[in-house]
Amino acid sequence: MEGTIHESETPPFTIEQFFKFIKEKKLMAAKCRQCGTMHLPPRPACSNCYSKELSWTQLETRGKLVTYTVIYIAPEQFQKNAPYAYGIIELENGLRIPGMIKNIEHEKLKVGTELEVDFEVEPSPNWPQWSRYFFRPP
Amino acid sequence: MVKGKPLVAVVSAGLSKFGKLEDYVGRELFAQAASEAFERCPNLNPKKDIKALFVGMMSESFEHQSHSAPMLSDWAGLLPAPAIRTEIACASSAAALRTGIFSILSGIYDIVLVGGFEKMTKRTTAETTEILGMAADHPFEQWNGITFPGLFALMATAHMHKYGTTEQQLGLIAVKNHHNGSLNPKAHIQKEVSLETVMASRMVAKPLKLYDCSLISDGASCAVLTKPELAKQYTECPVYIIGSGHGSDTLGLYQRESLTSIKATRNAVKEAYSMANLKSTDIDVAEVHDCFTIAELIAYEDLGFCQPGEGGKFIEKSIPTLEGDLPVNTSGGLKSKGHPVGATGIAQLYEIYLQLTSQAEKRQVEGCKTGLTQNLGGSGASCLVHIFRRG
Repeated sequence: MEGTIHESETPPFTIEQFFKFIKEKKLMAAKCRQCGTMHLPPRPACSNCYSKELSWTQLETRGKLVTYTVIYIAPEQFQKNAPYAYGIIELENGLRIPGMIKNIEHEKLKVGTELEVDFEVEPSPNWPQWSRYFFRPP
Repeated sequence: MVKGKPLVAVVSAGLSKFGKLEDYVGRELFAQAASEAFERCPNLNPKKDIKALFVGMMSESFEHQSHSAPMLSDWAGLLPAPAIRTEIACASSAAALRTGIFSILSGIYDIVLVGGFEKMTKRTTAETTEILGMAADHPFEQWNGITFPGLFALMATAHMHKYGTTEQQLGLIAVKNHHNGSLNPKAHIQKEVSLETVMASRMVAKPLKLYDCSLISDGASCAVLTKPELAKQYTECPVYIIGSGHGSDTLGLYQRESLTSIKATRNAVKEAYSMANLKSTDIDVAEVHDCFTIAELIAYEDLGFCQPGEGGKFIEKSIPTLEGDLPVNTSGGLKSKGHPVGATGIAQLYEIYLQLTSQAEKRQVEGCKTGLTQNLGGSGASCLVHIFRRG
């Protein structure tokens, strides 16, 4: 499922663009063409070798849970969701990404649980007007 | 720089009461801390002698007040001494301390005041959770609903999975720190708690419960720094800072090398031990950043007090208790003394200053000569370690 976008039409390597891809239901990282380092989120230049030769790579959305919690005391905007599960998953290429975990009984969560990235296409009505991704069982 | 030589001397220190101090705003708490430091040091003429102020404060959101540094110079009675605020989340005042050390080592100033404060308790818990949460990565952590208890809970889950650390071991840290805090008249909560109470407390972010979390407090701290060669003009009993280390790492926890160890702490302590020409076994007493019990447990390991993965056994063997071989958080720590975030780093210094000058009363560690402070920012993107020696 990995695919590369051609240089002539390359969108900028920005966090804003990352969330535009989320709205399109795509999980995208920037790959350095000099040293091969993958950046999630993307960066304007590689923090490993400083190269600006980057390309967008679409990531496989399956991953394994490396750690998790269940949040009972939440910030105001998430209080309606509490208690909610949150974790960090490791994708097949070794990149890690954090997020909320939905559609699973909290007692069933454990390190190693297989999860898949899913997408909320509708952006937030207020700042920063991004769409969200989350994790759920495949 | 000669290893093991004093960088600067601490000739006085002050601390406001910590707690829910409804009658005072932040600047008044800082003035209280400054008054204590000045009263402790009769040979000091603050207006004449103190040339600059470096002060830590995390968030302008608590009191809707930014630009606080000159305000504090004014309220401490130090104007026209210039003042700068430092900010690296909960490590903001350790950053002020290090900046003060730089300013003296540079030769620009002979004497400076360093300090910190935060006025947190007028906000609701939800508002405070939101404000503190701003120190986490916005697009990936805050935006997805993480909280600070949540970030440390992620580390706790990982530590339990990798090493078999238990909730009960974390609970023992809370019991220890509440015992120490019960002996500290400036602590926010001066009350012992039982392990049963800790274990039965309500869940905040699994596996961390209410008693695994530090307190939301008001408070202020400060210290007077000078060149080592001037110290004896001001006090018979100076405390020398002989090591200062600082580490930075990614803001996002998910991007770190490890979820069970804080690299910024390891880098900071390596620098500080090297500067002081000491090793972990030379430390007699330590104040570490127990914003959550798991943070103290990981600090035991990262500071070299025990091996990685052995933090649970270290507390089970009572080594870091007041009666143990290496007392940790004799003040009660952030857990019981309280955690007005911008004040914390220099509040840790204050306890070590009391210990090394034999003024810690019921909490006194007999014969201690060398102390250490570890102040963490956020989930570990910042850490400062300082090492102190009795003069």
